[in-house]
Amino acid sequence: MLRRLDTTALVYIALIIVLIIGAILVSTTGRNLFSPGNIRDILTGMSVLGFVAIGQTLVILGASLDLSVPYVMSLASLTAAQTMDGRDGMVIPAVLLTVAITALIGLANGLFVTVLGVHGFVATLGVGLMLKGYLDTNYQGTEGEVPWSFQLFGASGIGPIPISTIVMLGLAAVVAFILVRTTFGHHLFAAGGNAEVARLSGVRERLPIIGAHIGSSVCAGFAGLLLASRLGVGSPTVGSQGTYDLLSIAAVVLGGTVLMGGRGSIWGTIGGVAIFAVLDNLMSVMQFNPFLKDVVRGLVIIVAVALYARRRIIARRIRFAQAPQGPNIVAVARPDADGKPGQDSTVTEEGSRA
Amino acid sequence: MRTGLKPVLRTAVAVVGASALIALAGCTTDPTVEPGGGEGGGEDSSEEWFDQELYDRQFEERDVVPDGPEDKPYLQMISPEMGDTSEFESDGGKKMCFANASISNPWRQTGWITMNEQLKDLKKNGVITEMETRDAQDNDDTQIADIDYFISEGDCDGFIISPNSTSAITPAVERACKTDKPVIVFDRGVETDCAVTFIHPIGGFAWGIDTSQFLIDNLDAGDKVVALRILPGVDVLEQRWAAADKLFGEADIDVVDYFTEGDPAEIKKVVSDELAKGDVQGVWMDAGDGAVSAVEAFEDAGKDYPVMTGEDELSFLRKWKETEMTALAPVYTNFQWRTPLLAAEMIFNGEEVPTEWVLPQSPITAEDLDEYLDRNEGMPDGHYAKFGGEDLSGFPEVWQDRVIP
Amino acid sequence: MTSATGHPQSVRAQSAPSRSGQSRLGVGDRMTEWGRRALDPKGIVVVLLIVILLAIIVLNPSFAEPGSLMRFIQRVAPIAIVAIGQYFVIVSGEFDLSMGAVVTAQVMTVGHLVGVDESKTVPVLFVLVGIGILVGLINGLATTLLRVPSFIVTLGTMLVIHGAIMWWTGGVATSNPAENFRQIGRGGFENIPLIDSIPYAVLVLAAVILLAVWLSRRPFGRTLTAIGDNSAAATFAGSRVWWTKTSAFVLSSLSATVAGVLLVGFAGVHPSVGQGYEFTAITAVVLGGVVLGGGRGTVLGALTGAFTLEALFTLLNFTAVPATMRDAIQGAIIIAAVAYSGVVFARRRKRSRTSTSTNSATTSADPTTTSAESAPSTPSTGGDGAVRQ
Repeated sequence: MLRRLDTTALVYIALIIVLIIGAILVSTTGRNLFSPGNIRDILTGMSVLGFVAIGQTLVILGASLDLSVPYVMSLASLTAAQTMDGRDGMVIPAVLLTVAITALIGLANGLFVTVLGVHGFVATLGVGLMLKGYLDTNYQGTEGEVPWSFQLFGASGIGPIPISTIVMLGLAAVVAFILVRTTFGHHLFAAGGNAEVARLSGVRERLPIIGAHIGSSVCAGFAGLLLASRLGVGSPTVGSQGTYDLLSIAAVVLGGTVLMGGRGSIWGTIGGVAIFAVLDNLMSVMQFNPFLKDVVRGLVIIVAVALYARRRIIARRIRFAQAPQGPNIVAVARPDADGKPGQDSTVTEEGSRA
Repeated sequence: MRTGLKPVLRTAVAVVGASALIALAGCTTDPTVEPGGGEGGGEDSSEEWFDQELYDRQFEERDVVPDGPEDKPYLQMISPEMGDTSEFESDGGKKMCFANASISNPWRQTGWITMNEQLKDLKKNGVITEMETRDAQDNDDTQIADIDYFISEGDCDGFIISPNSTSAITPAVERACKTDKPVIVFDRGVETDCAVTFIHPIGGFAWGIDTSQFLIDNLDAGDKVVALRILPGVDVLEQRWAAADKLFGEADIDVVDYFTEGDPAEIKKVVSDELAKGDVQGVWMDAGDGAVSAVEAFEDAGKDYPVMTGEDELSFLRKWKETEMTALAPVYTNFQWRTPLLAAEMIFNGEEVPTEWVLPQSPITAEDLDEYLDRNEGMPDGHYAKFGGEDLSGFPEVWQDRVIP
Repeated sequence: MTSATGHPQSVRAQSAPSRSGQSRLGVGDRMTEWGRRALDPKGIVVVLLIVILLAIIVLNPSFAEPGSLMRFIQRVAPIAIVAIGQYFVIVSGEFDLSMGAVVTAQVMTVGHLVGVDESKTVPVLFVLVGIGILVGLINGLATTLLRVPSFIVTLGTMLVIHGAIMWWTGGVATSNPAENFRQIGRGGFENIPLIDSIPYAVLVLAAVILLAVWLSRRPFGRTLTAIGDNSAAATFAGSRVWWTKTSAFVLSSLSATVAGVLLVGFAGVHPSVGQGYEFTAITAVVLGGVVLGGGRGTVLGALTGAFTLEALFTLLNFTAVPATMRDAIQGAIIIAAVAYSGVVFARRRKRSRTSTSTNSATTSADPTTTSAESAPSTPSTGGDGAVRQ
């Protein structure tokens, strides 16, 4: 049964299981997991991490990583809040400026990774540190002011569903569409799955990777905009407060995307983000000791990914006595990284190895 | 993914389209969310942390003899302006909702333990019968969500908020105020005065004044002071430094500052390097829980002990006692964690509380040192001497074993 | 997109003949040879280290005194040991993000268990080693047998270990441990002629280096490199990939344990000791020319990286650079170092491709090469021997 399901479906099954357990546990405290306020809390928790994780999915599909996201988020929140400075008329220019600046950071990341051949881990760690230095040197605290019209983005909702979550899901739909239906998407899967094969088959493997990095930074920029909207100010530490770098990577992998690139989906990622959000909500309602929350998060990450990996092993129908255990998130695409675009559900893993 | 995604995609596009239409037709803002009156208080800049008016006020408050019972420092208040709370007077057990910034450092952990012991004792009176806590783990966004959750789901009779940061939490605090239930803010402030009471010790400037004045009094002009700071951008810490930096400059003390993230290994490296450059006569800290390694750097380099200001954390007090160095332990009053629950009880009883409840914040000097060491015998190193929970029923085991709920 | 950095095989292959003929070379040739080696991706880190050390000495001449140098090595010891541990994991193609949490956990455990009782020092040391081995086994087995990417496994164990230790200790140290425990990281042999004193930490570091270099030249080390280079090839050759990798994780956790013991002495017991060590260690390793993704790099490279990084921080302390700019400088340097070796290496690859067609260095950019195709690149490494076993 497990064998026939694609990973994304498995993620949502996991989510449903978490929801059921959550509903039972929450009801023991006399609350309701599905009350409007609680749904709003869960979805709000999803929005920021969701934006970041959508971008992170792109780079991970391209067999890279983005560790600079927390600082891009902080910078975006400051850029937006300072440009708006409380004026309604400046909302659109501020958003455009933020997108432009974050895109430039993403371009830098992408160029370091492709042209200079710096591993994504190192390149984005380095860019992140440089941004941190800039933020710490130039900002001593919160700055700027977000006008009320833009605060509505983070504060309003349709019934219990925050506008920000809807925008995040809209972005997910757009990105998913790009991945599945455009040349860029196919090339990204190809380049992430196996750069050499991609090159031999005529894909210029650098462009999709650069594009993925730009996408990741811009998504982090959106997350920063949302945070500015919710906080009402820009903050130089708001990105690092949430350890969004590691959490977003964890959410992407929890969503079934393979850390070494070439295979995965945006909707899986959204599922992963939702699992984290429900779990966080559950632990908060149950008033868990904050230290134990981290213990639970860590265990869930390991156990869930172990289950997916287990399934993959069964599904693969091992050709060799022992399937090669490749480097984990190396830019090096392994021979068995099944890198054909959009094959998640159409081609079974064993087929693509042949 | 192609076939698997298509329906999902279509649904998603449909959902987004439909919701966009709904949104355009009549944007239904959450009823609890409205434009706040505060709007950041109009103060647009935090470029400079130095604020002359606040500095002057805190300078004076340091010498004011507080009102209130002498043996209960957590109920004392400096120059209070009492506010009427009769609108909140009511009978029956009350549930408080506490939005905590975090318990990620020893100071907050100690306070959190004390607060829980205070809660246990208060339950016996039958006024405050329950407290629900959400911990934001140092994240502004989480804390805003926590407060919104309490407003809609918490079934709260009152709110206690320990803000993670000043401006960012302001709108959420205003939303809590709109519920017409009493809101108590403590530790860091917010840019609105809608809360019934804002409980805090005198403040960061007072800390900076006390500490730098002590170093200036014990050093000569031209002497070198190393300032060890935790992080940039945190208002309570930046204010301590702003005041100290100003006074050091006026007294012609040569001061150099570093950020160490409170890591003793980093502190030791920084101090060792400064000692390699030349003699250091003084050490100033904006929070004292890595102080011992700074002292040890002097020992390992074979240099004389500096004149030093740390904090009332026990590891520093014990090292001070052992070395008999010239030191001062400034206090960022830890017993303020008791006051919010006591204030809540007063509010539901209709008793007046100060609109701004300023608690005393007096440093531990060489004369007090022995007394505070005696009082805290058996406590762990990371405990804070002026935690003020000696009369609570869990004393001393709960603090000794550091039972964190 | 690839991480084509230092490549010991090709370096060794190219420099070996010239080295054997070195005695016959003239001074000029030798200078050229030195220059070429200095510009080599591995050499450049050494050059950078020397430049930084010289800059420190110019700013502060007393740094060159033996006593100061010893204290400097003592200070670098914990991070160098952690970097060496991380090296074993990275060279096998994995990551260990849990190191910082392990350091913190060990430090806090010492603070919680030893107390003022000197006789508890030795038993507690055994407990620490036990914790270290356990964490390494969990990381390694989850990575190899459960097939969870090590980045995710160790991210998970990082959260679990840190959360658990904070919960257990209540977030603070009970007290610094007995003095004899702290002496390991703080004390040393005094009154040694010429160099004044030898901190114990320096001796511990020396022992760790010797052990690590020895291990890396044993079949174990060669297999590890071979696995990182091409795990399929190593598997075909019959090496027990899962066990070798798990051992690397155990070595990594044990090195974090040793670093923790030293830090208890150097810094004292505090919950923020060890914070961020995983990233510092990875940065140091990468700076030392070890390639993320495995298969290339040396213990001494990782060691040099750690010293360079720590020397850089020291230099920044000696200059008037604002404290907030340190991160930015660190970020720029690691990108520059890795980019430099990548570019140099790419150029060399081009050259060697045109000159020799068969023995061209297979870079990580050419991952499609099956085990058979990549075999020609391995003869000069030790890994090949192990693979054939």
